[in-house]
Amino acid sequence: MPFKPLPYAQAFPFFEWGLNWCISGYSHRFLIVHAAVVEKYGKALILPGAPGSGKSTLCAALINNGWRLLSDELTLVDRATGHVVPVPRPVSLKNESISVIADTFPTCQFSPIVHDTLKGSVCLMKPPADSVEKAGQTAIPCLVVFPKYQAESSLSLTAVPRAEAFMRLADLSFNYSVLGAQGFETMTGLVKSCEAYDFIYDGDFNQASDLFVQLLDDVQQRVA
Amino acid sequence: MSDLISEYLMIKVKDDIHTAPDWELLLRQARSVGVLSRLTFFWKEYRLFNPPQHFAYHLDSAETYWLSQKRIVNWELYNLSQVFKLLNIRLILLKGTAYSASGLNAGLGRVFSDIDILVPKHQLKEVKDALKWHGWFPEPMDDYDQRYYERWMHELPPLRHIKRGTSLDIHHNILPQTCILYPDADLLLKAAVNVADTDFWVLSPEDMVLHSASHLFLGGEFENGLRDLSDIDLLLREFSGKDLSFWQNLHYRAEMLGLGKPLFYSLRYANKILGTPVPDSAIQASSIFAGCGKNRVMDYLFLQALKPYHSSCTNTLTGFARWLLFLRSHWLKMPLHILVPHLARKAWLRLADNTKKT
Repeated sequence: MPFKPLPYAQAFPFFEWGLNWCISGYSHRFLIVHAAVVEKYGKALILPGAPGSGKSTLCAALINNGWRLLSDELTLVDRATGHVVPVPRPVSLKNESISVIADTFPTCQFSPIVHDTLKGSVCLMKPPADSVEKAGQTAIPCLVVFPKYQAESSLSLTAVPRAEAFMRLADLSFNYSVLGAQGFETMTGLVKSCEAYDFIYDGDFNQASDLFVQLLDDVQQRVA
Repeated sequence: MSDLISEYLMIKVKDDIHTAPDWELLLRQARSVGVLSRLTFFWKEYRLFNPPQHFAYHLDSAETYWLSQKRIVNWELYNLSQVFKLLNIRLILLKGTAYSASGLNAGLGRVFSDIDILVPKHQLKEVKDALKWHGWFPEPMDDYDQRYYERWMHELPPLRHIKRGTSLDIHHNILPQTCILYPDADLLLKAAVNVADTDFWVLSPEDMVLHSASHLFLGGEFENGLRDLSDIDLLLREFSGKDLSFWQNLHYRAEMLGLGKPLFYSLRYANKILGTPVPDSAIQASSIFAGCGKNRVMDYLFLQALKPYHSSCTNTLTGFARWLLFLRSHWLKMPLHILVPHLARKAWLRLADNTKKT
């Protein structure tokens, strides 16, 4: 029994968590990074982050702003193609971010809030229908943005060198070491195809979204 | 619901799963029994079956995981071999570790959580002290348990590496000292063979089979029962294919070590459950170890207990059979004057613990 039994009220978030556990434990055909990932123009924007960095919040905001949800938790990089494979499932919002997202996007559908889980209060947001429909469409990884929410700060964007991005992503990966040399190769391919940035923001989602669109355009122009 | 995994552990070509729910059931059973990565080899190397794509993904994934475990184990074995070289003691590997390091078919896709080694009893302390300098420490344990291990068991309390977290079991015999069947460890040590081009040693082929058989048929635990039986099946096939006198040698060796009974059971049930090609003469010969008249009862118990350890294959009877065999194993492994106080203490502690929680 990998999990301790929990109260019935926690069943839904726990089920989601269990599914993530199954994927990260059993799907080694992917390099799996603990990161939210969204798509635009066929290009994937990867948002890794430690708990509390605001990655799920940012992800929830972006998918309400024209981005497609690939996953709010697991970035699956196909070892064979280097593409990001979607797992569009409910977006897990925690603690303060629940009301932030619910207030900003009142038309979205939310589960009841479950209190006192291991991660505090949890609420699941229904993924956009369009993202679920396109679950079969992979995306090319282009941008890695390490978000950090900081109240009353000014927006800041700092380039992260590829080697450092590699180490940070490896650190956040669930199965980098399981994959051995294959993991190294896939991760190398990933950071080679991406630009990486540290990003500090104060919760202005529109500004963030516009900036990311611009960064994607830049990447596109550089490739072309 | 049916037992698909026993069928898929047989070394024969099959093509009898056609529906997605059945493939899913096979997957769940294989995972639960601990043989998913073994199936990968039955598919890729032996071409015994043809999985659909979604099943193949899981087989590949299990293989990847197995390979990563092998890397970790190889690194540990290298480190251990350096320590043993300094001590000038042979590093003798047991069970899964041995199958893997000696490149046997039973090692293909075989996953295991501990490294098991065999050390002469009089050198236990020396080995334990030396390993401490290299980061191997006993798991925290109360004095009672520690004394219990030292006095009655055939192994030291498990060691764990403080940095790498890997677990090491050091045995000085293959069965507890209190067991009715207690083989002479010197015979095992003397017959050990070197793995070509390495610093590793393993038990002789016959002893390897007898160890696995003793573990399965006297151990009293069946969580990995079917996997262990599949180990025995693969070992018997490989050894008997290489050495024409293997069956005879196996019989003599069992007699010499006093392990006839587990040999009889292993030949009988490997053949019955997994279709292991054991010659009639070998089964006949081993039946002198069987004791008289109880075969129908034991057949019933072992055939129940060796069903896949998965909810789709177990019922009250399976549980009851496993419980009886668990009692039997304690009965065989321990005289009552040691067993009863020990179980009483364990029961008392559990009771006290539960009371504390409520």
